[in-house]
Amino acid sequence: MFFRKNQAAAAAQGAASPQSAGTTRVAMTVNGKAVSADVESRTLLVHYLREHLRLTGTHVGCDTSQCGACVVQLDGRAAKSCTVLAASCDGANVTTIEGLAQGGKLHPMQEAFREHHGLQCGFCTPGMIMAAVDIVNRKGNQLDEATIRHELEGNLCRCTGYHNIVAAVKAGAAAMSGMRQAAE
Amino acid sequence: MSATGIGAPVRRKEDQRFITGKGQYTDDINRPGQTYAVFVRSPHAHANLKRIDTAAALRSPGCLAVYTGADIAADKVGGLICGWMIHSKDGSPMKAGAHPALAQGKVRYVGDHVAVVIGETLAQAKDAAELVTVGYEALPAVVDLASAQNPGQAQVHAEAPNNTVYQWHLGDKAAVDAAFSNARHVTRIDLVNNRLIPNAIEPRAAIGEYDSGQDSLTLHTTSQNPHVARLVLAAFIGLAPEHKLRVIAPDVGGGFGSKIFIYAEEVLCLWAARKVGRPVKWTGDRSEAFLADAHGRDHATTAELALDGDGRILALRAKTKANLGGYLSTFASSVPTYLYAPLLSGQYNIPAIYCEVDGVYTNTAPVDAYRGAGRPEATFVVERLVEVAARQTGQDPAEFRRKNFITSFPHATPVIMTYDAGDYGACLNKALELADHKGVAARKSESARKGLKRGIGFSAYIEACGIAPSQAVGSLGAGVGLWESAEVRVNPTGSVEVLTGSHSHGQGHETTFAQLVSERLGIPIDQITVVHGDTDKVQFGMGTYGSRSGAVGMSAIYYAIDKVIVKAKKVAGFVLEVPGDTVDFNQGIFSSKATNKTLTFPEVALQAYIAHKFTGAQLEPGLKEGAFFDPTNFTFPSGVHICEVEIDPDTGATRIDRWTAVDDFGTLINPMIVEGQVHGGVAQGVGQALLEGAVYDKNGQLVTASFMDYTMPRAGDLPSLKVDMVSTPCPSNPLGIKGCGEAGAIAAPAAVINAITDALGHEDIAMPATPLAVWRAAQKSPARMAAE
Repeated sequence: MFFRKNQAAAAAQGAASPQSAGTTRVAMTVNGKAVSADVESRTLLVHYLREHLRLTGTHVGCDTSQCGACVVQLDGRAAKSCTVLAASCDGANVTTIEGLAQGGKLHPMQEAFREHHGLQCGFCTPGMIMAAVDIVNRKGNQLDEATIRHELEGNLCRCTGYHNIVAAVKAGAAAMSGMRQAAE
Repeated sequence: MSATGIGAPVRRKEDQRFITGKGQYTDDINRPGQTYAVFVRSPHAHANLKRIDTAAALRSPGCLAVYTGADIAADKVGGLICGWMIHSKDGSPMKAGAHPALAQGKVRYVGDHVAVVIGETLAQAKDAAELVTVGYEALPAVVDLASAQNPGQAQVHAEAPNNTVYQWHLGDKAAVDAAFSNARHVTRIDLVNNRLIPNAIEPRAAIGEYDSGQDSLTLHTTSQNPHVARLVLAAFIGLAPEHKLRVIAPDVGGGFGSKIFIYAEEVLCLWAARKVGRPVKWTGDRSEAFLADAHGRDHATTAELALDGDGRILALRAKTKANLGGYLSTFASSVPTYLYAPLLSGQYNIPAIYCEVDGVYTNTAPVDAYRGAGRPEATFVVERLVEVAARQTGQDPAEFRRKNFITSFPHATPVIMTYDAGDYGACLNKALELADHKGVAARKSESARKGLKRGIGFSAYIEACGIAPSQAVGSLGAGVGLWESAEVRVNPTGSVEVLTGSHSHGQGHETTFAQLVSERLGIPIDQITVVHGDTDKVQFGMGTYGSRSGAVGMSAIYYAIDKVIVKAKKVAGFVLEVPGDTVDFNQGIFSSKATNKTLTFPEVALQAYIAHKFTGAQLEPGLKEGAFFDPTNFTFPSGVHICEVEIDPDTGATRIDRWTAVDDFGTLINPMIVEGQVHGGVAQGVGQALLEGAVYDKNGQLVTASFMDYTMPRAGDLPSLKVDMVSTPCPSNPLGIKGCGEAGAIAAPAAVINAITDALGHEDIAMPATPLAVWRAAQKSPARMAAE
């Protein structure tokens, strides 16, 4: 899923310039807004979001795609933005934590994390919430504890012991069913 | 209890920014003209530095500077310090080598700082760092703790012969030896407390900035104690006078001890900012965090417990080797000494205790405080000893503990501490009930029918928190006092800013501290802002660690509020035209028996600032008060955790079936937040017991240097936790708070290992009890081991 249509073009450009100083034009939709920029070909999506767009809610917690602090939605699916080249996201639709609340109203999963004390230091939280929304999108609104714990495999939290995150995801999932019905 | 006062599970004020991606962590901050620092680190555990060639790096695009040890030596940049002097049993001061921010001729662990490269962009700085060529002359590395002190081993620092920093002791050796010679039963165990890597999910980061107009420096950093950082950077490292240095620790993504310390990277970002004349930013990547953040634990201990014929404990004896790594980190020396041995009495009446600790240099990352810091190590010793002793003498582990519990307070242990309050039996009773202890036998049978082994393990821990009475720690070698400060600023409209020297990096101070103010001033919680983490805003403070922010930090706020109320009553007296000493203040309303008029808190605040009702000779205008609080004792949180595991002997997989925690933290300000602290602590303790362990190979290469090699607890590794409380208020602070931040990490390892050994039927397993280790242990039958 990380290899998108112009991946080959980006790779070719990189090959032509071994110092990786080559730049690539990227255009995508981020949180509903069209954005574009010339970026170094080696720029990761997370750095494009953080440094070019100054959307610093998406965090970097590791360098091996293990911690999940950088999870965003890429064309409607959760993706670790530290493992995607910005160049490969040309034409993509990206939603970050900053784009989750709509019209000044928190997303039910955000609300659930607050209500159930599913965060402490807050650093893993954006990735957790984005991953949790994806879990609900894939697994539905009625989630048991075992499913939630298994599905959170890609997200590390060092503060909460996951106890309240699990409770928050369960409650957030149920609340999202209400959101879906309201939208229908 | 009001909806937002003390004891209410108020939802956190800080969460709005965190759940919407609006937190401001250090790496989220960019400064105008910012450059980027990348460190060249040693790939060798121990080597002489022969030459450093920076020419190619300096020629690479965007490279602004490369600095080495020679540059900081030329600028006389002071070395990093260890702030706690430990004396050996022969009276000699500890033997510490220098700790330069960039290596001076020699490197002492993989990840040690050799050079710093400054680039226009991060990528350019990384590219340039690749081009720095370093000539190393590799030396034999000292890695194994057990043999590090042997004659003939390589020397990590010339100042510390046989790599021994100190040989410290505590307690009455003669009394302990006598008790052991009279004992009916002696239990002896060998324990390794495995080395852990803290791994707050936010990596450390720093931005140094120099203002040539003001000749002042600013450091944004991931710190748990920005004022202490400023003090050390000014007074010891010598980068700027204290009043010309501002340290800001904004939102910090977890610390667990690892962000207490003053590290080389912060020093160099500040120093280099002045050199290059532009802000310098460094953000550690996870690999650097593994290599160069201070690690935790790493003890090897032999411990013995002496019992009389009635199953009462007579004495405890322990000998510990503590690995301090390649340099002494900020508080490294105190962790395996004064934060460890004084807790070896546990919850038990033990007449005599003697502990010897050797602090040892090795060619590994520095070791310092990690959640619990010394107290988890002590609890592991005591609770493993007690469990094994009960089993060896045929006593029920719970009842053996109960028989030896301290039941009257205050209780002076033979190792410094005077426990002030507790009810250990009440915690045990409640935990046994919540854990359905009566059903254990039936559950064991049910597991056995499935071919599984079930075990139950207890941990009755104690900790010394609320760190700490300044005079007491000063007499033990601490270089600082450990009080806390607060300032309560009332605005003319009656809203309040609370300035605290504590620092929140996940603990929820913005909420709990506001709850205290809301309760005492009778104003809504949304009228209160808590300010912390900026040395330009808060005058001074000692920061957050050692579960001290509630007991010490909130007590300072409490006394500042006292002063605000005294002053506000005087103001109200002038407005109500009654004597000030007749004014009462209750739930936000000022009243007096001398009048039927009343005033609200905001009305009095306004009067304090407009000052129309009193003259300057009668009363100072304004409403702002501060307090420093120095506790008169440590606090002593305690509790009983019960872990029940089910082991599959064919795979070695250990499943925690249930976890019961009953803790006594004294007064709870926000039970929701307190329970969250227990959850997180238990997860870290379970991580230590089952999953985590830093492994160096014989050459000193860290082979667990990523999240793919070092097993962090994930959601699927942990159960839901049953958490309950008993409360005996702490008498040494006005709120009765004991502290809750470290309890879970202190309690959990012993509970897990006691459960696993109960399931296995023998004691031969070390942490981390990985599936491989448990599978191997399960192959040994107790009968065969007895025969051996």
